[in-house]
This record gives sequence, structure tokens and C-alpha cells, in this order.
Amino acid sequence: MTIISMRQMAANQSGTISRIKGGGELGVRIREMGIVPGAEIQIVGRAPLNDPVHIKLYGNNLTLRNNEADHIMVDVAEESGK
Amino acid sequence: MSEKKQIVIALAGNPNAGKTSLFNKLTGLRAHVGNYPGVTVEQKWGEFTHNGRTVKVVDLPGTYSLNSYSLDERVARDFVINERPDLVVNVVDATNLERNLYLTLQFLELGLPTVIALNMMDLAGSKGINIDTGKLAQDLGARVVPVVATSGKGMEDLLNTIVEAAEAPSSGWKPIEISYGQDIDEAIGRVEELMSTSSLPLDKMPLRWLAVKYLEGDPAVDQLITTQGQALLPRLEPIKAKLAGHLRTTVDDELEGVMTDRRYGFISGLRRIVVNQTRQDTREISDTIDKVLLNRLFAPFFFLAVIYGLYQFTFWASEPVVGWLEAFFEFLGETVESGMSEGLLKDLLLEGIIGGVGGVVGFAPLIAFMFVGISILEDSGYMARVAFIVDRVFRAFGLHGNSVVAMIVGGGIAGGCAIPGVMATRTLRDPKERIATILVTPFMTCGAKLPVFLMLVAAFFQDNQALVMVGLTIFAWLIALISAKILRVFVLPGESAPFVLELPPYRMPTLSGVLLHAWERTWSYIKKAGTVIVAITIIIWLMMTFPSLPEERQAVFDGRVAAVEETMASNIETYGEEEAAPMNEELAGQIEAIELEAESATLRNSAAGRIGGALEPLSQLIGFDWRTNIALVGGFAAKEVVLSTLGTAYAMAPGAAPAADEAGIEAGDGSAASDVAATAVEEEEEDEEEALIRTLAEKLSVDPAWSPLAAISLMVFVLIYAPCFVTIAVIGKEIGYKWAAFSLIASTAWAYVLCLVIFQGGRMMGWGI
Repeated sequence: MTIISMRQMAANQSGTISRIKGGGELGVRIREMGIVPGAEIQIVGRAPLNDPVHIKLYGNNLTLRNNEADHIMVDVAEESGK
Repeated sequence: MSEKKQIVIALAGNPNAGKTSLFNKLTGLRAHVGNYPGVTVEQKWGEFTHNGRTVKVVDLPGTYSLNSYSLDERVARDFVINERPDLVVNVVDATNLERNLYLTLQFLELGLPTVIALNMMDLAGSKGINIDTGKLAQDLGARVVPVVATSGKGMEDLLNTIVEAAEAPSSGWKPIEISYGQDIDEAIGRVEELMSTSSLPLDKMPLRWLAVKYLEGDPAVDQLITTQGQALLPRLEPIKAKLAGHLRTTVDDELEGVMTDRRYGFISGLRRIVVNQTRQDTREISDTIDKVLLNRLFAPFFFLAVIYGLYQFTFWASEPVVGWLEAFFEFLGETVESGMSEGLLKDLLLEGIIGGVGGVVGFAPLIAFMFVGISILEDSGYMARVAFIVDRVFRAFGLHGNSVVAMIVGGGIAGGCAIPGVMATRTLRDPKERIATILVTPFMTCGAKLPVFLMLVAAFFQDNQALVMVGLTIFAWLIALISAKILRVFVLPGESAPFVLELPPYRMPTLSGVLLHAWERTWSYIKKAGTVIVAITIIIWLMMTFPSLPEERQAVFDGRVAAVEETMASNIETYGEEEAAPMNEELAGQIEAIELEAESATLRNSAAGRIGGALEPLSQLIGFDWRTNIALVGGFAAKEVVLSTLGTAYAMAPGAAPAADEAGIEAGDGSAASDVAATAVEEEEEDEEEALIRTLAEKLSVDPAWSPLAAISLMVFVLIYAPCFVTIAVIGKEIGYKWAAFSLIASTAWAYVLCLVIFQGGRMMGWGI
């Protein structure tokens, strides 16, 4: 079990959200979009300047900035990835 | 109980859940648009009748939640709490049940009678998502109706259910209670207990809901307690602090986050019961399109191509309509011209009202088709991708990826219009980003500024025309972005709202949806602009006409005209009609010139001219004399006016004086003007403007008061200074008149400062003296 922040994830890597750091508006907003612990996500890609990041969650597409992805800790299974 | 009482329903749902389609299906084409009380958020409502009952449908803003972080959410929440609609129709995207039910849950916690319109059932079916609607209804305690809003499937059922639910005897508010886990539930209980004996107004909101929201740190509930239950705070706060501390040590998380998580926990439990997923998502078409359109290398090029297409489409589609409208207003003008006797009323009608209304209506097709284009981009799902592609750049300047749309529409490529640009900012949820975007959008090179630029470029930059125009466009972008940054640092400081955004699946926009969307916005433009522009053009016309020239000065001009006319008459007497014709033609030219001189003198003497003169000490520092000042005053009404006013001030034949064409007296090769008369009406209009550009450019290029440096200064000033009045009116409607006034004053001051730097700096460097 390896836990990294969403910013560190590579394209096409998937994992299960283990934790959202921080509360306040950002913490609530992220969760309201369905990015909650236990949800499975996959990194689809990144914008031309490497930010924001494009993710897939329950078959839906979401995008968030890297500084928001910093708050999202993801458990990436070792063998997943490319 | 009166049977005929109108049923009021609130239509709610996530963005992209199909709320707009459902609203249109429910109400047909008779939507009313207004604002929610006290805020500039648009409220749309409509009516329908079913089984003899009239139902009023209020379209709430699309939200993911009922927090009070964003204005949209606050508006939606305040509406249901204060207006207490009979029921909420909650549009839920069946393909995305988890997230959509999060909002549903909040209505249910509030206790509102809720009908769930389970939308996109067709798509869910094809994705292999089977939903047990009976079970869902049972577990949530709400009515559930499967529908397909785009095709209208299930609508009859929905209508029946709405009326039935509203008429049900037990249709009061019944909050559901979900468990947030033992620790939080206990705290909720204690907060409820304290609140129940307090001075808080509990008639509108359920007690438990208020307690939950208090623990979540909801800003509006905090405010309510501070203002109406101050005494309660010292007793509530320890409960919350203790719970938050407990959660930090046990689950290492913040209270509000944990509560959101627990709600999601409830939903995913529910989902496991009601959803039977027969197969996993196969690769969707939408994802395949994204693979191409969001490709890291090619995305910017596709984006530019789409924008180019938007412009091409707008100009191609609107051109004929603009032509018809121009012809119509020209016909109207000619009718007044020939049908009315000379006088001030005629001038007012011609120059003030027909010109003003013609300006607004003439722009409408361009705006309408621009909106058609924008609606297609929005409805197709590409707009959200645009935000994704460019956000990194715009964030650096304190803006949002979506700001790019407003700026491009506003003239990011020369020829846009700030009005649809300003209205396109509605997709921006963060008020600070939205205001900043609105304030800088008018800095772009909109279509109305172009003639001035073309004239100055023709006068002073003959050899580098294209280069200067491109440079100006780039300059506009730079200034807009830098200004946005300045605004976001000094005027609208603060972190931007979270960006996290949905990229909805690509969908084929429906013709009716796009047309309706475009029509609503265009109509709203015509209404806003129409009322303001007539008033403003009349005021500007009055300012440029009165006070009229003192009689003795007018008499001098009249005397000169009379003298020339006498010579003409005597020519005919002496040489006979035919012989005298060539001589008299030249003399007629002289009369024309004297009349133009008189017009110029009238303008100088008018209120606008006096303002222009009074501003000279200031304006000379940036290279403008009174003539330019008047033109700029006129430009407040509409930027197109700058060129024609400059023409009048320099005693050039304005486009609106057909007599000048016939006489063919213009400086330079006057013959061109008479050729024009033979061509089609709308071409004539264009050629008149071109002729004015050419003659004015010739005049200015040899005028010692002008220099390339002054020309650059004027171009920058026209680019940046106060937006035209229609834009100001639209800004006022969108974000309030305080910001509209700010835009007017700050933009003008900013333009002055920039020009001061350019002009004085340039002179110090020894340019253009």
C-alpha cells in the first residue's frame, strides 16, 4: 500500500482515495464533487502546461488544479500504473 | 382550502444534469427572466397547467450542494427556505447517481417535499446502470420519476406526480435524519437541545438541519446565530470545538470534511441497494474525443481552431441580417429626411433616436449569432474543456480558465463585442474572478473600435498596417491580463474559489436548446441596451448640439453662403444655365465647405465642445486637442461615434450627409464619392465610412498637431477608456451599478495613465516630435 498525493500520480495511474487533507471551503468543495475517501479515481491526463489535472471518478470526468490535488491522498496499488 | 391555488415548484439539480432541458420541456417557450431579490443572479420562471392546476416553475441555479459558499448556492437555499415552494423537483443524472444524490440529500435533510426526476435513464440503460426506482423512492422517502428530458419521455408521469405530490394531504416539510456516526450524532443532539430553547427563528428551518449546518461551519448559519442567538454562542462553541478536536485525534480530519464524507457514505450505501450495474463502462465515445481534443500537444491548436470557427460562423451568419437592418434603418432615415421639415426635432430623430436604436438593433444579429456559437460550445461540453486547457495561464493573472471565453468574445480576435463577453462570464462561479473578468473584457479590440484604429493606422503607419493592428490586439491582451492581476491584488484580493470542475460528456447540442438559449440572451441584451442607449444617445446629441452657435456667428456663415449663392445666380444670369453649370458646381462645393465649417464651429461651441476644450490642459499631456476630446466624449455612447465625431470636428463630410457625395467636393479625388452613390445601399454605407477613414487619415497625416506618437496614444486610449454605455448598462445588470461606475471611472483613469506614460515617455525618447 503506497499513499501519494494526487499531484504525484502519473497519467493513467489509478487508485483509491484514502484521505482528503484539510477542511474549509476547499475541503468541502472537493468532497461535494464526489472526491471522498473510498472513491476510485484514475488520472486521465493533464493540461498542456501540466496543470490542471484531469481525472475519472465513477465514470465521470473531473478536473482540478494541482494545488487542490495536493490535498488528496491516494492509495495506489503497486502493480497498477502504466 | 382553495382548489385553484397555484402550485409553486422549484427546479433544482447539479449543473449538467439536464435541468435546463427539463425546464424548457415543462414550461414551453414562455420563460420569464428576472433577478433573485437583492442579488444579480438571474431567476427564470415559467408556468404550465396540468389537470386543471396551474404550476409555477422557478429554475434554481445549478448547484452541487446547498452550502452557502457560493452565491448560486445561497440563492437556491434562500429561495427554498424563504419562499417555501410547494415542492422541489430535483433533476438527477441517473448516470452519475452518487454526486447527484448529494444535493438531493440536502433537500431531504431540509425536509422539503421532493420529487426526483431521474433524468438520462436512456443513457444509464445503455451504460448498464439499472436503477430500482421503487427502492430508491422508498429509502429516500421521496417520489421518483424516471425521465428523458431531451426527448420528453416520462414527462406525463412527472406532471402527474408533481400535481399529486402538491395535493397530497401530508405534504408538509418532513426532514429525514441521516446518521453522521455516533460522535457527531451526539453533538447534533446537544446542539439541537440548546437551540430549541433559544431565540433563533425555528419556524422556517428544521432544528436538526440548523444544528447540522452549525457544526459544518456554514457561514450563513454562523451569521444567523451571531445576529439572532448571540447568547447561545458561548454554549455552542465548546461542543463544536470538542467534537472537532476529537475527530482530529481519532480520524485526523476536519469536522466539515467528515460530515460530507458521512453523507457520501450514506449515498454509497444506498447506491449499493438500488443500483445493479450489469457491466462496467466500456470506453465511451466521449473519452475518445477527449483523447484527441485534450491531447497535450494539440489541445491549444484545436482550441484556436474552434475560436476561429466561432468568429467565422458569427460573421458569416450575421452579415446578411446586419445588411438588411442597415438598409431598413437607412430607409427609415431617408423617410424622415425627406418627409420632415428641417429643424431640431428632425435632427434629434435622425441622429439621436434612429441612429441610437439602429446601433443597438444593428448589433443584435452579431450578438445573437455569437450567442448561438457560445451556446453550441456550452451545450456540447467543450466550454468546460476550454477552462481546463487555458486555466494555468489565466490563473497566473488571478483569473479562471473560463475567463478566456469572455475575453475572446469581447474582441480577443479583433471584431468581437464586450456585451456578449460580459454576459458570457455567467459560467464563472467565483465572484472575484467574475468581476475581474468583466472589468477587463472591454479592453479587447471590439468591432466598434476598429474604424478608429484603421483610420489612425492609415494616417501614420502606412507601411506597417497589419503589424500595428496585430500589435494592438496583443497589447489589448497584455493590458487586460495585467489589469486583471492588478485588480486581483489591490481591488479584489483573496484566494480564488476552488477550481474543481466537471467535464461533462460531449453531447450533440439540440437545435431548440441552442436557439432558445441564444434568443434569451439576445433579448436580454436588446431590453437592457434599448432602454439605455436611446436615453444616452439623446443626451450625447443634446450635448453636441446645444448651446447652438450665437446668432451673430451663425449669421457670418449664413452671409458667406448667401454670397456664394448670389454669385451662382449671377453666373446663370450672365452665362446662361448650361455655361454656368461647371462654375456653379465648384461654388456648390464651397457652400458645402462653409456648412461643414459651421458644423465644426457649432460642435466647438456646444456643451461637448466646451467640455473638450476644458479638458485640453489635461488631454494635451497625452497628445489630444479639443477635437479628439469631443470625439471621445461621443464615444461614451458608442465607440463607432468616435470616428464620425472626429470627422465633424475636422469639418469632414460625415457619412450621414448624402449631399456631400453628390457634390463630390471632398478633398483629394472627390470623384470616388460620386461613384459610390450608384452602388447598393449597404455598400454605400461601408464606402462612406471608408471614405471618411481615408479623408480623415489624409488630413491628420499632414496636421502638425498630430504625430505617430499621438496616434498611438489615441489608439491606446480608445482601447482602454470607459466601455460604451451599453456595456456599462450590461455590467450594471450583471454585477451591480457600483461596479459599472467603477468600470467607467477606473478604465478612463487607467487609459489616461497608460497614455501619459506612452506619450510623455515617447517624447522624452525623442519620438514623434
